[in-house]
Amino acid sequence: MTATPAGFDALVALTTGDEDLQRWLHDYQLDAKRWRDAAMAELGAPEAWRDAVAAVRRHTVAHLDEYLVQFVDKVQEAGGEVFLAATATEAREHIAAIVRARGARRVVKAKSMVTAEIGLNPALEEMGVEVVETDLGEYIVQLSGEPPYHITGPALHKRLPEIRALFSEVAGEELPDDVEALAAFARRVLRDRFLTADVGISGVNLGVAATGTVVLVTNEGNGRMSTTLPRTHIAVMGIERLVPDWPSLAPVLTMLTRAGTGERATTYVSAITGPRRASDVDGPDELHVVIVDNGRSALLGTKYQNALTCIRCGCCADTCPVYRTIGGHAYQSVYSGPIGAVITPLLDGLDGHAHLPFASTLCGACDAACPARVPLTELLLELRSDVAARESAASSWGLGFRGFAALSERPRLWGGALAAAGAAWPAVARLPLQWLRLLAPWTGSRELPAVAPRSFRRIWAGGRGGRRGRGC
Amino acid sequence: MITCLGDALFPRVGLAAVNVLRALGVAVDFPATQVCCGQAAFNSGYRAEARRSAEAYLRAFAASEHVVSISGSCAAMVCHHYPGLFAGSALEADAGALAERTYEFSQFLTDVLNVDRLPARYDARVTLHHSCHTLRMLGVKDQPERLLSMVEGLEYVPLARADECCGFGGTFALKMAPISASLVDDKVDAVLETGAEVLTGLDMSCLMNIGGRLRRRGARMRVKHLAEILAEGWQG
Repeated sequence: MTATPAGFDALVALTTGDEDLQRWLHDYQLDAKRWRDAAMAELGAPEAWRDAVAAVRRHTVAHLDEYLVQFVDKVQEAGGEVFLAATATEAREHIAAIVRARGARRVVKAKSMVTAEIGLNPALEEMGVEVVETDLGEYIVQLSGEPPYHITGPALHKRLPEIRALFSEVAGEELPDDVEALAAFARRVLRDRFLTADVGISGVNLGVAATGTVVLVTNEGNGRMSTTLPRTHIAVMGIERLVPDWPSLAPVLTMLTRAGTGERATTYVSAITGPRRASDVDGPDELHVVIVDNGRSALLGTKYQNALTCIRCGCCADTCPVYRTIGGHAYQSVYSGPIGAVITPLLDGLDGHAHLPFASTLCGACDAACPARVPLTELLLELRSDVAARESAASSWGLGFRGFAALSERPRLWGGALAAAGAAWPAVARLPLQWLRLLAPWTGSRELPAVAPRSFRRIWAGGRGGRRGRGC
Repeated sequence: MITCLGDALFPRVGLAAVNVLRALGVAVDFPATQVCCGQAAFNSGYRAEARRSAEAYLRAFAASEHVVSISGSCAAMVCHHYPGLFAGSALEADAGALAERTYEFSQFLTDVLNVDRLPARYDARVTLHHSCHTLRMLGVKDQPERLLSMVEGLEYVPLARADECCGFGGTFALKMAPISASLVDDKVDAVLETGAEVLTGLDMSCLMNIGGRLRRRGARMRVKHLAEILAEGWQG
């Protein structure tokens, strides 16, 4: 999928034109807000918790080199293998090599955004390996051949009839129009895959540097099954997904689930330290931790460093009015919502994504909700300034803003321009509505405000405002 | 701080604010070298251009004791972004000082003037759009509601999903028009659901957006800045 502004526009049109989907997404956001608010209220002092999470994450990212070294050492001490992949290609090739060496025919996967980022599934499928997503949402979008729609809710946009149709196709018979029955069907199918898979691949919600522990939060039990039943477990993580130790893990886990799904904790929180030990009753024979850079370390020490403090709860998308209007696929990236608009151009480059930082009204709802205090609006503004710097000096926006800056420095000229505009307005307003191409995006859905016949400054200078002190 | 939009399109709002402030005993000045705070340029990524506008603003308000803005987002531009915009420059201290003494209109009335009663009467059902920057960047939450509750005869009808953006977003409304149009439609639905006769707010750019859509949809609801309601209803 090559991202383009035209593709963005087309996907936006698809979603804004679908009234049912619009209602569905808006209702979802209102539900998510209710859950999140209740979870935060129960916790108490959410702002202090957000401070704590931000402090842990910013500290970790600021000392990422040290914590990475410690984490790698500890994973190895516990008997795990570690591979540091500089690029998506390196990561794919390394994972493919492990899968090939085990002669694996079937791979089960627990939910992982970073494997979607590096395009792992198509690479494995090309080798003739069957890849089965076992998170229910991921399974649904895998069947429909779509990328995830949301960081934590990959099939958020799918409603019951569509899911029923997808599952019925797999079943080879018409399944009942019933949530329980459909879930039971998926469980039956996936259970067989867990038992017969040669390799399990998971993401990593957080890695604990002090002990080399990989932490996974899941609700369906599929994370546990994928990481314990197959003989080989490959855990894939971004280099920034670390916390120093267990005490610092606590606030991050607490807020991750409450912000993400409004839960005190997910049904399962798995902490995996090394492969199966002699005393363990189950677990894989080998554990591989693949740590993916893919553009992240380039952000360290830059104005974008704090983009790496995200904990991938998805709640920025849950609060974003633009996300609910355009949907997750419009971002043309595995990462959607405000954080997607930030990290997609940062990890993949501005080419093809330069419009994304502008897909925000800068309303700040995401900033107010983010449990890690990722300064999303600030990062979007930084990206916008990078985009503006790339625009040609003759771009209409550049010319416009330079002209306006010049007017700002010349109040008399500005006053004259207002007088001229005010005088001309009655005639201009009588022209057909589309008189100025520049304003067509406004007039397409809204009436234009009138330019006042007499500007404020003119009224003030004329004394009708009751002049006092300095004037023009 | 009349703002460029207020100067060109809504002088009645500036005049209303001046009248209310004077009635409350404030000596009001309009430093005529002010034009624009630079918000649109800044939010579009044109920082050098924003800095030029902002520098002129710093000079214009250098002698003002308090600066009162009829637009929450312009006040937020000064309070929130000026210090960063001038960080490390000779104007850093000036920018910080201006940010310290700049207020949105309702905030100035409640937090600086400590207004707890208003001799105003306005017989209408009124609903309020909070505006994102006023709400989240300036932290102006219940100030406008407190002021509205002091107005006799005014029936305040809260807006559902009041913290949701109206979809204006400055140049966003032009650059991402279909998204903006969809959002303003949602907002207009919520505004009309209140059954109010008047929509008020603290930022004319949001009100211009919602008002423009209301008119296009043929709704007869009046749209007024809070200062207009207070000025029109002022008694004595």
